[in-house]
Amino acid sequence: MDKILRVNMTDLTTAVEEVPAEWAGLGGRALTSTIVAKEVPPTCHALGPNNKLVFAPGLLSGTAASNSGRLSAGAKSPLTGGIKESNVGGTAAQMFARLGIKALIVEGMPKGEGWYALKVGKDGVTIEEERGLLGLGNFAVIDALQALLGKKTGVIAIGPAGEMKLTSANISVKDPSGKIRSHGRGGLGAVMGSKRIKFIAIDDEGAPGIQLADPEAFKRASRVFTKALMDHPVSGQGLPTYGTNVLVNILHEAGGLPTRNFTHGQFDGHEQICGETMHDTIVARGGKPRHGCHAGCVIQCSQVYHDKEGQYLTSGFEYETIWGLGANCLIAELDDIALADNLMDDLGIDSIETAVAFGVAMEAGLLPWGDGKEVVRILREEIGKGTALGRVIGSGAGAVGRTYGVTRVPVVKNQAIPAYDPRSVKGIGITYCTSPMGADHTAGYTIATNILNVGGQVDPLKKEGQVELSRNLQIATAAIDSTGMCIFIAFPALDIPECLPALIAMINARFGAKLTGEDVTGLGKTVLKLERAFNLAAGLTSADDRLPEFFSSDPVTPHQAVWDFTNEEIDAFWDF
Amino acid sequence: MAPITVTIKLFAHFRHGRFKEADHQFPPGVACREVILGLGFRLGEMGIVMVNGQHAPLDHPLSERDTLALFPLVGGG
Ligand code: SF4
Repeated sequence: MDKILRVNMTDLTTAVEEVPAEWAGLGGRALTSTIVAKEVPPTCHALGPNNKLVFAPGLLSGTAASNSGRLSAGAKSPLTGGIKESNVGGTAAQMFARLGIKALIVEGMPKGEGWYALKVGKDGVTIEEERGLLGLGNFAVIDALQALLGKKTGVIAIGPAGEMKLTSANISVKDPSGKIRSHGRGGLGAVMGSKRIKFIAIDDEGAPGIQLADPEAFKRASRVFTKALMDHPVSGQGLPTYGTNVLVNILHEAGGLPTRNFTHGQFDGHEQICGETMHDTIVARGGKPRHGCHAGCVIQCSQVYHDKEGQYLTSGFEYETIWGLGANCLIAELDDIALADNLMDDLGIDSIETAVAFGVAMEAGLLPWGDGKEVVRILREEIGKGTALGRVIGSGAGAVGRTYGVTRVPVVKNQAIPAYDPRSVKGIGITYCTSPMGADHTAGYTIATNILNVGGQVDPLKKEGQVELSRNLQIATAAIDSTGMCIFIAFPALDIPECLPALIAMINARFGAKLTGEDVTGLGKTVLKLERAFNLAAGLTSADDRLPEFFSSDPVTPHQAVWDFTNEEIDAFWDF
Repeated sequence: MAPITVTIKLFAHFRHGRFKEADHQFPPGVACREVILGLGFRLGEMGIVMVNGQHAPLDHPLSERDTLALFPLVGGG
C-alpha cells in the first residue's frame, strides 16, 4: 500500500499516513503542488516554520518505463515568493516508489541550533541528530554516506549554500555513479536548510516494489514508448551524442544566445564552448559523451567531462550552465566553466541562477568580464566561506542587481532568465512571464517549435501564435512533470503519434485506470491553475507576469528584436 | 550573370568529413535545396535550415553574401 511519510521538525516526530483518496491519482509535480497549495499558508515566510518541503516521485517512477525516474520537490520558494516545483533524476525517485512512498512531507522547524538527518526505509522515516557532515560539500557528504551506509544508499542533500539558506541553494540527489543531479531552481535548498536537515538517506532494502495492475498491457505500451524515444532524431541521436550543449551554436546562429548579461544575441567565442567542441574534447580526454542521470534513461543526454590530465572534472554539464558562464559572462574556456560547474554542484547552488548572478556582478564591475579564474575564486572563497559578497551573489541575480544598483537584471519573479533571449525567441518570453515558477525554460519549452522545428514551426521573431504555443506546452509539461518522465520525452511526444498514447497506456496499466488524453491535459490545466492561485494568494499579481523593462527598450543583435507584447496579450495566456 | 558568394556553415555531425564553415560560389538566386543536395545531403536529414539567422524554406533563393546554416535534427533544453 502506498503511503505518505510526514516529518515534523518542530517536535521531531514522524508519522506514516494513508494516502488520501484525492491524492491517489497524483504524482510528481501534481502531488507536490497540490500538497503545498493545501497545506502551506501562501503568505508564510518561505524560510519559516509554516512552509513545507514535499518530495514526490512521479506516477511511473520505479517501473520499467524508460526515463521515468524523476523526483519532484515542492515548497513555497524563498527566491520567487511563489509556489515551486523542481524535478530531478538520480536514484531517489525510484527508491521512494519501490518503498511505496507517494510523498515525503517535511514541516515545522527545530527550535534550537541543532542539525538533523532523515533516514528513510521500509519501516518509514526516522530523525537523527547530525554533526559530522555539517559544512561539507555535496560530494564529501555522498562519499561519507556511501562509506557508512553502503554504495547503494540513496542521498538527498544540501551543501554549504543550503546550510546558509542562500536563495540560490539547490537540493542535490545522488545519481547512479555517485555524482549529483540537482533540484536546481527556486532556492529549495534554503528551505531544506531552514528545516535544519543536512541530508536524507534512503535504504530500499526489503522494499515491497511496484505492483502493476496489468503487467502485460504495461509491457506492450512500454515497448512502443521506448521505440518512439529511440526513433526520434533528437532523443535517439542528437541528445545522446552532443548533450544539451548542441544548442550553443543553434542559438548563436538564430541570434537568441544571450551574451554579456543579455546585451547581445550572439557570442564570438561560441565555437570554443559549443557542443561539437565539447564532444570532441570529451572523447579526446577519455570522458564519456553519453551518460544517464538515472537507471532506465534511454536518451542519456548527460556526460562525464575530464580535464587535460584525463581526470574527472564534472558531469551533467548542461547547455544552460555553459551558456550562463560562457556567452553571458564571456568566458570562452570550457575547462574553467567545467570547474565552476563542479564547484556549484559541491556548494549546492543553482548553476543557472548563479551564472546569471555573475553576469550581473560583472555588469556591476565586481569582477572583469570573461574572468573564469575569478569566478572560481569567488565560488570557493566567497560563496563557499559565506562572506558578505558571497552571500549576495549566492542569493541570485536579483539580489546582486538590487545591492549594486544594476538595472539590466534578467529575472522574472526574481528568478534568473535562462539561456534563450526572449526578444529573438518570443515564445519562450511568454513562458518566462507566465510560468508560476518564475523564469523557467523547462516550464514550456517553446524552443522546440520556435527554433528546433519540433512539433511544427512558429516563427521565433513574430508575436503570432506564441501565447497559444506556450500555453499548450506549459499544460503538457505540467502533466509530464507529474508522470516522473524526463521532459526530453516531449521531443518524440510532439512528433511521433504513438508516443503520448503509449505513455497514457502505461499509467493506466500501472494503476488500473482509464485515463484519456483529455484527462491528462485536464490534469496539466488543473496543476497550472492551482499553482497560479497559490501565487495570487501569496501576493503576486499579473504585474509579476512581466519581463524586465530593458527587454522592451533595448533591441538585441543581430535581428534588432525587442520584446513587444502588450500586457493584455500576455495576460490572455490565462484564458483557459 | 556573375556568381554569388554564399557562406555555408555546418553543425553537429554534418561537419564530419566536410567542413565547419566555407564560402562557395553559386549562380544568383540558387535555392537552398540545390546547395544542400550539392553538398551530398539528403533533404530528409535537414533539421534546421537558416539563412542569415532566420529559418528559411528549401526553395528560398540565396543572394550575394548570404549565410546558410545547416543543422541536423538535434535539440536540448
Ligand atoms: S535524457 Fe538526460 S535529463 Fe533526461 S533522464 Fe536522461 S540523462 Fe537525465
